[in-house]
Amino acid sequence: MSTISVTQHSRYQAKVARSRATSEPAWIRWVLIAIALAFLTLFLFIPLAAVFTEALRKGFDTYINALVDPDALSAIQLTLIAAAIALPLNLVFGVAAAWAIAKFDFKGKSILITLIDLPFAVSPVVAGLIYVLIFGLQGWFGEWLLDHDMKVIFAIPGIVLATVFVTFPFIARELIPLMQAQGKDEEEAALVLGASGWQILWRVTLPNIKWGLLYGMILTNARAMGEFGAVSVVSGHIRGMTNTMPLLVEILYNEYQYAAAFAVASLLALLALVTLALKTFVEWQAAKNAEETELAVMQS
Amino acid sequence: MSIEINHISKSFGKFNALQDINFTVPSGELVALLGPSGCGKTTLLRIIAGLESPGEGRIAFHGDDTTDLDVRKRQVGFVFQHYALFRHMTVFENVAFGLRVRPKTTRPNEAEIRRRVHELLNLVQLDWLADRYPPQLSGGQRQRIALARALAVEPKVLLLDEPFGALDAKVRKDLRRWLRRLHDELHITSVFVTHDQEEALEVADTIVVMNHGKVEQIGSPQQVYDQPASPFVYQFLGNVNQFESRVTKGRAKIEDIHIDSTEHHAVEDADALAYVRPHDIEVFTEPNGHASFPATVSYIHSLGPLVRLELQRNAENTIIEAELTRERFLQLQLKEGSQVHVRPRHVRVFLKPSA
Amino acid sequence: MSKKTNVLPGFNLSLGYTLLYLSLIVLIPLSAAFIKTTELSLSEFWNIVTAPRVVASYKLTFGASLIGASINAVFGLLTAWVLVRYDFFGKKLIDAFVDLPFALPTAVAGIALTAVYAKNGWIGSILEPNGIHVAFTPLGVVIALTFIGLPFVVRTVQPVLEDLESETEEAAASLGANRWQTFYKVIFPALLPALMTGFALAFARAVGEYGSVIFIAGNMPMVSEITPLIIITKLEQYDYTGATAVAVVMLVISFLLLLMINGLQWWANRRNAEAI
Repeated sequence: MSTISVTQHSRYQAKVARSRATSEPAWIRWVLIAIALAFLTLFLFIPLAAVFTEALRKGFDTYINALVDPDALSAIQLTLIAAAIALPLNLVFGVAAAWAIAKFDFKGKSILITLIDLPFAVSPVVAGLIYVLIFGLQGWFGEWLLDHDMKVIFAIPGIVLATVFVTFPFIARELIPLMQAQGKDEEEAALVLGASGWQILWRVTLPNIKWGLLYGMILTNARAMGEFGAVSVVSGHIRGMTNTMPLLVEILYNEYQYAAAFAVASLLALLALVTLALKTFVEWQAAKNAEETELAVMQS
Repeated sequence: MSIEINHISKSFGKFNALQDINFTVPSGELVALLGPSGCGKTTLLRIIAGLESPGEGRIAFHGDDTTDLDVRKRQVGFVFQHYALFRHMTVFENVAFGLRVRPKTTRPNEAEIRRRVHELLNLVQLDWLADRYPPQLSGGQRQRIALARALAVEPKVLLLDEPFGALDAKVRKDLRRWLRRLHDELHITSVFVTHDQEEALEVADTIVVMNHGKVEQIGSPQQVYDQPASPFVYQFLGNVNQFESRVTKGRAKIEDIHIDSTEHHAVEDADALAYVRPHDIEVFTEPNGHASFPATVSYIHSLGPLVRLELQRNAENTIIEAELTRERFLQLQLKEGSQVHVRPRHVRVFLKPSA
Repeated sequence: MSKKTNVLPGFNLSLGYTLLYLSLIVLIPLSAAFIKTTELSLSEFWNIVTAPRVVASYKLTFGASLIGASINAVFGLLTAWVLVRYDFFGKKLIDAFVDLPFALPTAVAGIALTAVYAKNGWIGSILEPNGIHVAFTPLGVVIALTFIGLPFVVRTVQPVLEDLESETEEAAASLGANRWQTFYKVIFPALLPALMTGFALAFARAVGEYGSVIFIAGNMPMVSEITPLIIITKLEQYDYTGATAVAVVMLVISFLLLLMINGLQWWANRRNAEAI
């Protein structure tokens, strides 16, 4: 279900120069461009600008104070922890799933791919709820956890689990089509030359998929740090304890501390901008690689 | 190191890719597996390499059964159809790969690796490309690097899957001569897969012709070309004219021409097909008392030392093809529309499979 | 197949790990929702999921999602067209920004949109005097759902449009078709599977959306309360079975949408494969 993919951008250089028969009159072109830009301005640029404007409305000092507030710092810390755990877990899963799906044939493969997509389709609120049903006080393991003095829901493990769930498919979905397209020739060549499974993975497969992998990691990280609905359900909103940055934004906003809410929000918006920049860079690199390969194929 | 292939069968689902394949590749020979696409030749090559496991049958290298031996331990060199060079490694690192992945105890030291890689790159005459990446190479260069990489592990046998398939015509010709010379130098038992009869005829010591998962014929290029064992081999190797015929008491007939068909002497009466190569079609302006049948010259391809004629048989609406030397053609003074008499020599007769 | 046909190592390990991790993180927790609803009788379940307030939330959620996805279908197609076919200053930057709704946390999007469309906001201050109320109304829900669905149509249509061969358009022109006829008879049919896939993706995303909506919606029962919020409200009242019942309805709808999207993508891929 993910629609953005690094491979789709490989033929990025759009063929803009077109013959007269297949292009529109200049005035139509400019009207269409104007409508598209107006639409994007209305829905993308104005809200983005509003975040920074609102954040700085009460001056730079208020802005900084909002960010060094202990609650804010602990929220930043928790957000980083959640992402730092979710990312490697889904990375290992993504590589394993893509290896099994792209390099082997087995029954039920398309069902497996659909199941991997499931978390994309599930509402984040439902994602949070299912963990409450298992680990919550009234849940399957509720009593057991209470007896052993362990907490998952309204605690950090719950937040990590919810984050893992919502970012579950990103890396796998990026790698599966990429590795399917690359085939298994190079892996077989390495095998005939005597390489072991891990040697093949480290020396042949991973270098070949590094851009796709990085792309998936960037998307995973952005979603992990920004997730709101699922985390909201399992967090319990305990200040300084189980608040991530997006949850803190909500609390501050509901308490009418708009400048502080937007200050924290502006950090997340910056993260989004960095994400977009990195993503564009990776797409550009992947396109360059693909172009070189394509060029080489044409020469041969 | 000989390769013995014993009763190999393989099916994918309901599709029988290989049916009871049996032959031996003698030590030091260069053998071609020749056949149309889908005939199972690549599957057989991959089974020899250990990249596929056979459904039934055994593979042995010089008498040692390798059927269940891991591909990594078989010591085969495999050159993939599209080369499968590691695109993120330099040419040097590609060739060095097989040495670098060895366990510490048997891995040569860095200096030895360098020496071996450069030796191999010199062997394929591409030492100057050591620092390039595969995408920067031409197809022919990639092919030779793939070969050097396969040779780096000192394989006991060398297996090549359509080694020239992805190259353009000119490079292909150069490279296959080069491969032949290289084989004469190294004398490593080699098997290559091809669908190009010209390639097989020019390069191989022995040709294994395959069709529909079965071996049709095994023999030297001379044998498979001059004495095809089946109609399929006849048609697959070179041009051939096919005549409807009938065998009665060991004699076949094309129009009024009788042909002795000793191998069918026991056959009382059966439908058959007779095959004649275009250069075995003799053309005369007069019957001269020989057994022949009349035809009309319908088209003349006059290019190069050989002249190809399309002849319309007078008795029925079929075209046969003849090849004459330019000398003979000029001597006959043929034009389109000329009436000629045709006599086939070297006719091979095969009975039609009974319906 | 009697024996393994693939000699690459690691199949059992990678598939085993994939299935284990998938079960632990996704399948078992999701099944918990279905198991939980077995505590209810069918009529209890039915009463919960068809309560007037819940039904009003379905209408809002699906209605607003449908409108948002439709807006995105029209303007997303236009944006993809402009980005692929025309050259203008800042095009690459604009192209990169299309993915902003993927990258921007939904809570941030929610408060930003609210700030912009509130009475004293940049756009709200223009609209409100003219009697158009966006913030804290169903219209606000539509705005939020349009925002979060924006990249889907653009990103599904864009690659297909890039791969369209200009020869087919030239052929149409040489056969006498004018530009508009070429568009709706030649180009549009080729884009249709991708466009529908993008529409379905935007719709599916919008149906489950929570973070960007709750700030701008006003969350008035029967009027501007979305279904995910109903689940949260029931949870906060410790009504776990009630929350789960509504969640199961949403889950079933999600599964159906996912199957539909897979079908659409299969159709789109087949179309593309035929084109090549």
